[in-house]
Amino acid sequence: MKRLVPYIALAVFASVPLWLHDPYLLNAFITTGILIVAAMSLNLLLGYTGQLSLGHVAFFGIGAYTSALVSLGFDVELIGGIRVVHEPWPVWTGFVIGTLVAALCGYAVGKLSFKVRGAYFVIVTISFAEVVRLVALNWVELTQGPLALTSIPPMTLGVPGVGYLDFYSKQSNYYLVLAVLVVSYIVIQRLVYSRVGRAMIALKENESLAVSVGIDVTRYLVLAAVFSAGIAGAAGSLYAHYLKIIDPDVFAFLYTVTMVIMVISGGKGTLAGPIVGGLIFGFIPVAARSFATPEIQWILYGLLMIIIVFVLPKGIVPAVEKWFAAPSTRADPEPLQAKMHDTP
Amino acid sequence: MSTMPSNVPQPVLSVEHIAVHFGGLIAITDMSFVVNQGEIVSLIGPNGAGKTTAFNVITGFLRPTKGEVRYKNTSLSNLKPHEVTSLGLARTFQRTSVFQSVTVFENVMIGLHRRSRSTLLDTLLALPREGRAEAELRNLAHELLEIVGIARRADELAGSLSYGDQRLLGVALALATDPSMLLLDEPVSGMNATETARFMELLNKLHGRGMSILLVEHDVPMVMGVSDRIVVLNYGRIIAEGPPAAIRGNPEVIRAYLGEGASRHAAH
Repeated sequence: MKRLVPYIALAVFASVPLWLHDPYLLNAFITTGILIVAAMSLNLLLGYTGQLSLGHVAFFGIGAYTSALVSLGFDVELIGGIRVVHEPWPVWTGFVIGTLVAALCGYAVGKLSFKVRGAYFVIVTISFAEVVRLVALNWVELTQGPLALTSIPPMTLGVPGVGYLDFYSKQSNYYLVLAVLVVSYIVIQRLVYSRVGRAMIALKENESLAVSVGIDVTRYLVLAAVFSAGIAGAAGSLYAHYLKIIDPDVFAFLYTVTMVIMVISGGKGTLAGPIVGGLIFGFIPVAARSFATPEIQWILYGLLMIIIVFVLPKGIVPAVEKWFAAPSTRADPEPLQAKMHDTP
Repeated sequence: MSTMPSNVPQPVLSVEHIAVHFGGLIAITDMSFVVNQGEIVSLIGPNGAGKTTAFNVITGFLRPTKGEVRYKNTSLSNLKPHEVTSLGLARTFQRTSVFQSVTVFENVMIGLHRRSRSTLLDTLLALPREGRAEAELRNLAHELLEIVGIARRADELAGSLSYGDQRLLGVALALATDPSMLLLDEPVSGMNATETARFMELLNKLHGRGMSILLVEHDVPMVMGVSDRIVVLNYGRIIAEGPPAAIRGNPEVIRAYLGEGASRHAAH
C-alpha cells in the first residue's frame, strides 16, 4: 500500500491541468512546484547529512542567472580589458549549464564545509548567498543589476523525432516542473537508499563512528552538496524561464527560510516531507487570499508553522507514517516475544 | 619482545616509541609494544593511565607527539581514520558505539560501506550491478549478525537494544569493514556478568578465526581470561608486559592497581 502512494500522488498531480483551468491557481501550482524542487534539494543536505545551509537560495539564484544569461547572451568587459561576448544559446543548454554551474558552486561550499561545521557552516552559507546577491546587484554590465534581466526566453526543447517543444503556456510549464520534480525525486531516492545515503545518515548520526567504519566524510558531504546545489540550480533555471524576468531579489533570504520551513514542517530526512510541507506552505497564501489581507496571511503562515513544529516536531510525514504503522505493530505479537527474551 | 610464542611470531601491529603531550601534560611518555598475528593482546592500567589516548593514537584519531605506529609495515602516521580502516584495522568505541536511530540491520549495512562495489553511476541509473551489490551486502549483514549473536534483533532500532547487545552490534560494525585486526576500547565496561561472558565467548570465536585483537580494558579478570599477552600501562608508561600468569604476580602491577600497601603485602 505504502509503495503505491507516490504513484497515486503522481497520477493526481499529472491530472491537475486537465481539470484546473484557473490561471491563477495553475500559476500557484507551478511556482510552488519549483520551490518544492528547491526544498527537496535542501532536504538532501539538511535532512540526510544534517548540515544546515541557510544560503541555499544562492544555488537557486545561480542556476536562474546562469540559465538566463546563457540563453540571452551577454557582452562584458573583464578586468584588464578582456571582452567576453556570448551569443545566445538554445534555452535547454542554459538549463544544463545552470544546473552544472550551481553544482560546481555546491562543490566549493561542500569542500569548505569539511573545515567548518555546525554554526560556522550556517554562517558561511549565509555569507555566500549574500556575496552572490551583491554580485548580481552590482555587476550591472552582466546582470542588469536592479533593473533585472528581462525577456528571458521560455524553455524550449528539441526532441529528436518529435520536433521542437516550447513551454509558453502554463499547462506545458506545469508538466515541465512536474517532470523535473519527478526526476529530482528519483535521483534523491536512488542516492539515499544506497550506500551513499547510508554513508550520509551515518555521518549525521555519529561522525567518528562513521569514519571508523571507513566512510570518507569529505567525499560524502561534498557529494551531497553537489547534488543538492545542482538540483536547486535546476529549479532556479525553471524559475527564470517561467517568470521570464529575474532580479537580485531571487537571492532573498526569505526564499531560503521558506525552503527550510517546507523541509522541517514536512519532515526532514524523508522523501515526501518537502513535497507535503511545500504544498502546505505554498498554498497558504492562495487559500487565505479569499478571506485575509496579506498581513493576516503572514500571521497565519507563522502560526501554522509554530503549531506544526510544536505538535509534530519530526514533521508531518513521519507523524503520518507512525500513525499508520501503529495499529499493525500493536496487533503483532513479535514485540512481546522479543521482550520475553530479555528477561534472564 | 620479552615473550615468544612457540611458533615464530609475525608482528602485525607495532607501536614504536609513542609519546603524546597535551600542551604541558604528558599523557604517554614512551610506549612500545607489538601485537602478533592472531594474538589477543590487552592494554590495561588504572584510570588515567593513558589507555584511551594510546588507543586513539593507534586508530589515527589522535596524532602522537613522537613515535610511529605501523600496521603490516605501513606507517599510520599520515593516514586519516577512514584510511586506517581500509588497511584492515577496525575499532569500536567506548560509548556511542552504534548508530542509535536506525535499525540493527541498517547499522551493519552502514558498516559494510567499503565492501560494496557499486559506483555512483550504478546507483543513479539503478544498473543491475547495483542490485547485485546490495543483495550481496544484505547477505553479509545477516551473516555478521549471526556471528555476533544478535540476528533476531535485526529489525529493532539500535538505540533500543540492551547495553550488552549494543556492544555486540559495535563489534559487528567493526567486523563489517572486513578487518584483519580488531581494536576494542573497553568493550565490557558497564556489562553485567552474563553479558561479559557472552562477549568473551565472541572474542574466543574471533580468535579461533585468526583475528588479531588489541583490547583496552580495565576489567582485569576478563582480560586475564582471554589475553595471550598483557601490556600494563601506568602514568603513560609501560610498567609490565607478559602472559597473564606473569602479570598476575607482578608486584609493580599490583602496586599500580591497589596501592603501596597491597604490593608490600603481596611481596611477602
